[in-house]
Amino acid sequence: MSTVLDKPAADRGGNPVLDSTRAEILRLRKWPAVWVTIGAWLSMNAMFGYIFDYVTYTSGTSSFSNEGEPRAAILARLLPSSIPDLLAQGMPMFGGAIMMVLGAIIAGNGYGWGTWKTVLTQGPSRTSTLLGSLSAMTALVAGLVTVTLLSDYAMSLAVAIAQSQSTALPAFGDTAQAVGVAFLVMEMWALAGYLLGTVARGPALSVGLGLVWALVIENLLRGVGTSLSWVESFTHVLPGTASGSLVGQMIGNVGGPNDTPGLLDTLSFQRGLWTTVAYAVLLPLLTWWLVRRRDVT
Amino acid sequence: MDELVLQTKDLTKRYGTGDSARLAVDRVSMTVRRGEVYGFLGPNGAGKTTTLRMVLGLIRPTAGSATVLGRPAGEPETTARIGALIEGPGFYPYLSGRDNLRTMARYRGLPDDIADAALERVDLAGRGRDRFKSYSLGMKQRLGVAAALMGDPDVIVLDEPTNGLDPAGMADMRALIVDLARGGQTVLLSSHLLAEVEEICDRVGVIAGGRLLVESTVSALRGGRRLRLVATPIDQALAVAMRIAGDEAVQLDRDAVLLDVPAERMPHVVRSLVTEGLDVHEATISERTLEDVFFEMTDTGLHPQTGDLEPTSLEAVR
Repeated sequence: MSTVLDKPAADRGGNPVLDSTRAEILRLRKWPAVWVTIGAWLSMNAMFGYIFDYVTYTSGTSSFSNEGEPRAAILARLLPSSIPDLLAQGMPMFGGAIMMVLGAIIAGNGYGWGTWKTVLTQGPSRTSTLLGSLSAMTALVAGLVTVTLLSDYAMSLAVAIAQSQSTALPAFGDTAQAVGVAFLVMEMWALAGYLLGTVARGPALSVGLGLVWALVIENLLRGVGTSLSWVESFTHVLPGTASGSLVGQMIGNVGGPNDTPGLLDTLSFQRGLWTTVAYAVLLPLLTWWLVRRRDVT
Repeated sequence: MDELVLQTKDLTKRYGTGDSARLAVDRVSMTVRRGEVYGFLGPNGAGKTTTLRMVLGLIRPTAGSATVLGRPAGEPETTARIGALIEGPGFYPYLSGRDNLRTMARYRGLPDDIADAALERVDLAGRGRDRFKSYSLGMKQRLGVAAALMGDPDVIVLDEPTNGLDPAGMADMRALIVDLARGGQTVLLSSHLLAEVEEICDRVGVIAGGRLLVESTVSALRGGRRLRLVATPIDQALAVAMRIAGDEAVQLDRDAVLLDVPAERMPHVVRSLVTEGLDVHEATISERTLEDVFFEMTDTGLHPQTGDLEPTSLEAVR
């Protein structure tokens, strides 16, 4: 047995962070739960972004999501030129919730399965392991945003051709900004899920608490904030407010009854951007602090 | 040959503080030499796994230190040279056995194809493409050992690798460990199964209640042979035996008297009993099993009031 098993340690080149990233990508790529999560987001994006509106448009009736809106406005939203607005609108709340689930299962399940224990006895330090895991997750989020963009383009193109409308693409700058904002918002929520999964050492509690926070509590607090000023200033630093304002200000004209839930105009674009960036930096630092010092059993 | 591969010095782990504190591991100092199979023996809850976790840097010692190949335990360079299976195999249930190994190989910076070689080594090649969650317990344990073997580590740490296996699975696992040892691999094997340790280990460390009671070769631990005498009346036989061998070297085991004296003194002992007018029914030379030694030690270890644990006989075999 002096075959590959005996490859001496000295020959193993490589960088531990890169090794960890490659390992993590392998196991995420083959994880059905990841594909289910991605599929859930893409179908939600298709349904709320295009399919419902398109059916409403073609059937000429009005539904809960477009009351009183002229048909021309609905159609305009479904064309390729509207992709920058459409891409990110569902991300602060729905996309964020799904990314939080993704982050929480990536970090949390390993404690129950004992896989973090196995991984941490392989060699790479805890810092390298965490960086690898976060890099793999970031690659996943970036890929997902790209696929969302492509699927939005495919659907809008189909609508434009079916309705004999312009297939003109939006300005590159607008698209790039929308992709950047979309990625930042999704990544922030995924990092939040990762931290929660690490804190709870399991997916169930972290997913549950995270979703209640993102979907319910932040909204309730914003409601309370209208009458209590100190609660209002507190809500200004919350991740939902930050990411909702960031996307809301990018799209503009937020506040109507037809807006996607989660979009806000509470903060300026700049403030929303920097608060979201601050979370994207702070959350992994907290995770790192925790991962480095804890006993893994 | 005497190079130390692994060494702990007063390694201690305390959980909690104040009155509720619990000492899981209490000043354990052990040494594993290159090329040996070291048996880490102790009842469930004795502190074996906690000690091994500290050796691998999974948990932080409260006090003391562990070094592997001369470097502090827990450093990435150190951990990379240990192959370990700690308290049950932890793998991704949705991945195949092969993909699990490929994932761990990537963490180690090894090529993916090493996984196939490792699967061969533990006879799992045929089931390598099945999902981990469909494996039997024995197969899961074997996969854990396969992961520990990848990359030719300097020392392999196996924590109760036969736990939960059926007799055939246990025999296979032992054969695998013996095979590794024959290849010159250093193995640290923790177990609560005495027969297993007796069969495959060169040296043993016995741990109970968080304390390392003794560290020695298996043969030294078992000590020499003993005389076993059945004679009536038993109390008189006991008195005669004590006069010949000394109080310390005599034990009563139900209806038999056990003497720690060299075998060649057997005729002398029997003659004395007969001269005293006793009836001798049986006189045999018995070898102590590790089990006997173990229970003697762990009993005293766990109940300090029954005797002076540290010195005399235990010190002698150190």
